[in-house]
Amino acid sequence: MLHNRSIGELAESLARKEISSVELTRHFLARIEAMNPTLNALITVTAPQALAEAAAADRRRAAGEHGPLLGIPLIHKDIFCTDGVRTSCGSRMLDSFVAPYDATVVERLKAAGAVTLGKANMDEFAMGSSNETSYYGPVRNPWDPARVPGGSSGGSAASVAARLAPFATGTDTGGSIRQPAALTGITGIKPTYGRVSRYGMIAFASSLDQAGVFARSAADAAFALQAMSGFDPRDSTSVDAPVPDYAGTLDAPLAGLRIGLLKEFFEGLEPRNAALIEAAIGVLRGLGAVTREVSLPSLPLSVPTYYVVAPAECSSNLSRFDGVRYGHRCENPKDLADLYQRSRGEGFGAEVKRRIMTGTYVLSAGYFDAYYLKAQKVRQLITDDFRRAFAEVDLLVSPTTPTPAFGIGAKVDDPVTMYLNDIYTIGANLAGLPALSAPCGFVDGLPMGVQLIGPHFAEARLLNAAHQYQRATDWHRRAAPGYA
Amino acid sequence: MMDWEVVIGLEIHAQLATRSKIFSGAATAYGAPPNTQACLVDLAYPGVLPVLNAEAVRMAVKFGLAIGAQISERSIFARKNYFYPDLPKGYQISQYEQPVVGRGSITIALDDGEAKTIGITRAHLEEDAGKSLHEGLANASGIDLNRAGTPLLEIVSEPDMRSAKEAVAYMKKLHMLVRYLEICDGNMQEGSFRCDANVSVRPRGERKFGTRAEIKNLNSFRFVEKAIQHEVARQIDLIESGGHVVQETRLYDSDKDETRSMRSKEEANDYRYFPDPDLLPLAIDREFIEAVRTTLPELPDQKAARFASAFQLSAYDAQVLSASREMGAYFEAVVEHVGAAQAKLAANWVMGELSSALNRDGLEIDATRVGSRSLGGLLQRIIDGTISGKIAKEVFEAMWSEGREADAIIEAKGLRQITDDGAIARAIDTVIAANPQQLADYRAGKDKLFGFFVGQVMKATGGKANPAQLNALLKAKLGGG
Repeated sequence: MLHNRSIGELAESLARKEISSVELTRHFLARIEAMNPTLNALITVTAPQALAEAAAADRRRAAGEHGPLLGIPLIHKDIFCTDGVRTSCGSRMLDSFVAPYDATVVERLKAAGAVTLGKANMDEFAMGSSNETSYYGPVRNPWDPARVPGGSSGGSAASVAARLAPFATGTDTGGSIRQPAALTGITGIKPTYGRVSRYGMIAFASSLDQAGVFARSAADAAFALQAMSGFDPRDSTSVDAPVPDYAGTLDAPLAGLRIGLLKEFFEGLEPRNAALIEAAIGVLRGLGAVTREVSLPSLPLSVPTYYVVAPAECSSNLSRFDGVRYGHRCENPKDLADLYQRSRGEGFGAEVKRRIMTGTYVLSAGYFDAYYLKAQKVRQLITDDFRRAFAEVDLLVSPTTPTPAFGIGAKVDDPVTMYLNDIYTIGANLAGLPALSAPCGFVDGLPMGVQLIGPHFAEARLLNAAHQYQRATDWHRRAAPGYA
Repeated sequence: MMDWEVVIGLEIHAQLATRSKIFSGAATAYGAPPNTQACLVDLAYPGVLPVLNAEAVRMAVKFGLAIGAQISERSIFARKNYFYPDLPKGYQISQYEQPVVGRGSITIALDDGEAKTIGITRAHLEEDAGKSLHEGLANASGIDLNRAGTPLLEIVSEPDMRSAKEAVAYMKKLHMLVRYLEICDGNMQEGSFRCDANVSVRPRGERKFGTRAEIKNLNSFRFVEKAIQHEVARQIDLIESGGHVVQETRLYDSDKDETRSMRSKEEANDYRYFPDPDLLPLAIDREFIEAVRTTLPELPDQKAARFASAFQLSAYDAQVLSASREMGAYFEAVVEHVGAAQAKLAANWVMGELSSALNRDGLEIDATRVGSRSLGGLLQRIIDGTISGKIAKEVFEAMWSEGREADAIIEAKGLRQITDDGAIARAIDTVIAANPQQLADYRAGKDKLFGFFVGQVMKATGGKANPAQLNALLKAKLGGG
């Protein structure tokens, strides 16, 4: 079936004119139409635009153009501004917001000829680990519709896992790509902070947010990441460094690759999860990697550090949603304060409000030093820990999540337990490092992921290691029942 | 009665004269229809990001070098968070703990001619907010975001000023400096140069500062002076009647000439400053600073000192003539024409006839109707004796209104000076003959009547008689008969 083919295979079929992009797009739109009502993975489906883009891609091919993404469909997380298309960020606040411009990520993928099928559901303003904070309702995990797909990029992950598109974009502030990738049995990569432009990506926590990719394999992810990456003068934090050929180094042998096992992340690990990670490490060793234990003593402070820094930035970033220029505005405000209070009170959901309040608190006079400043210092310690580790090893390996997908509603009343879901992923965000999650087996019939973390700009190495691992395993080929 | 000392510090906002905004590519030109110069970044659309305008940094560095300040090799942009409809992001990007320009100073001249150094604590880059519009809207407020994101340099002084006059002198000096540096157009009506004043009083001799009030929104030199005077009187009255000054922000109302409370310290916003994660720390290297240094013009103090020594001018004249780059250039061009030996004559004319004509017509010197060459040409005719200084003023007026050169006007109006002794003598004879009584009185010792005869002869010659020759001949004739 078309939807089980890799991006490389689809591109080859398109190149040989065995299939057109319009046919491919129709195929995926039909799947969306059939399956999205169950999954709730997409907020907006842009069928007419998608078919027009597909036709344009076919014309470009007919005119002699090539490219691995030319005519390949994708789904964008609804955090990326898309010109002329509603960009909701999963919030009532932006339910009526039609972006007047394309995010750099959207622009670059368009330029590469990728065809946008629609906009994926997500936790409101990317704040959440289960996709349950979305104004548009929870996304269901294709492996078990009673369970969450993870978050915040839950719609993107569920879409790719359910084969509604060959790949999808996501964003990762504390694990929002890697965690849902693990919980839905697919591959997700968050590149180095600054590798992909944040322009047009609605900000949650600016110093942590980074765009990335969901695909079914590391090889597919390499094509997508290639097109998205690179310097953008419109984002001052994007890095002006050459982008290597990710697909070109996928086949490099792993012999001699030094892999560090994150001591702190194996302590107290659930035995079945530990066994899967041990097995994955065994596969990597079999491919020639050498492993050693590495200790990052500050790493266990990641979660509290993150829950100071991220809310602080979000409390400021979300101030622009004030009901004045765009977005939700309350009915008949009686004065300015009423306009602000009701527009924001009605427009934002509970988790967003919780984080705005936390962030406002940690930045306020008298508390700034004890919280924000201290968190920044710990963030530096964590970054230093990683730097020391990468002087000795090429990659770090750990589980991606502590548990497989949990039930919808199981943790909504306990924010701290929910936050602890990101315990293994947050460190890479705090240090700005690239990290990837790849499927590594099942617990109770639910997929689990292994996380690879690399030094800054080592995306090629992560993709190479994951690709070699995926050549030796078939976890990434497993499809959820009913979605094969 | 207690002897009170006034303590003043100023925060001046100078709008930098960049073509585009500090964090976006939108234009900064003044007076465009509302919201036509606000791009998605200025409107704070979801997903947009700020990108720093290098020109604004260059201008800030230029200012820092001109006041002898340390330029920070690393400075930080911070967010100042508060809600207001003219602040689209809900925060202003400013600099807080690490400003681009550190401590410096400027010198002002006091009334007694003494110079006083005023410390400048810091100067930092920030963005301006938009404007709320209330006129012509029923039951609603309008927002114009054209000004949002316009680059400002906020210049913070030490509390070094001791009177409203000193504060104005400081503000005028800075105003002159930013225009010299061509980093700000200095247009106060358009808000390009505006000021907040921190004012307190303390018993003379006391070392501790009194509690200060901050007066906002002062956009003219006159308002600064009046607002400070008013505020000082208010504070002294308050203390002397047993009250105490509270730390607060006050607004100056120029219509009523009073300040009134805006908000107290307790009501002050908690701005929750933190480093803006969208902008990297601003790194400025030696090379950049040295490159900017080469673009520094001759500064006002340097120019005044040079004028005073090179042209033997008084300190006052030198200062007036160097008040702007344009004024200095005009004066030097006139001197070029008439020679350094006649610099005092050039100075008198530039500060006298030319300045009053400019004032009368409300023109800046770059819009003068008599160019420096033309004025030089006129002065040349005084120097070579073709016309008297008095006639020259008449010629100047004609040049101003007709736009012609001095020589053409002198010819056309027959204003050339009479230097023929015979012609002057004949005129004298006629006047003496017509005034026998005055002649008799003069000869009887009424010396003052000499002036009367000069006037009558001038009148008879249409003012054209060479004054020196007239004096000599008249003296001879009146004395001998």
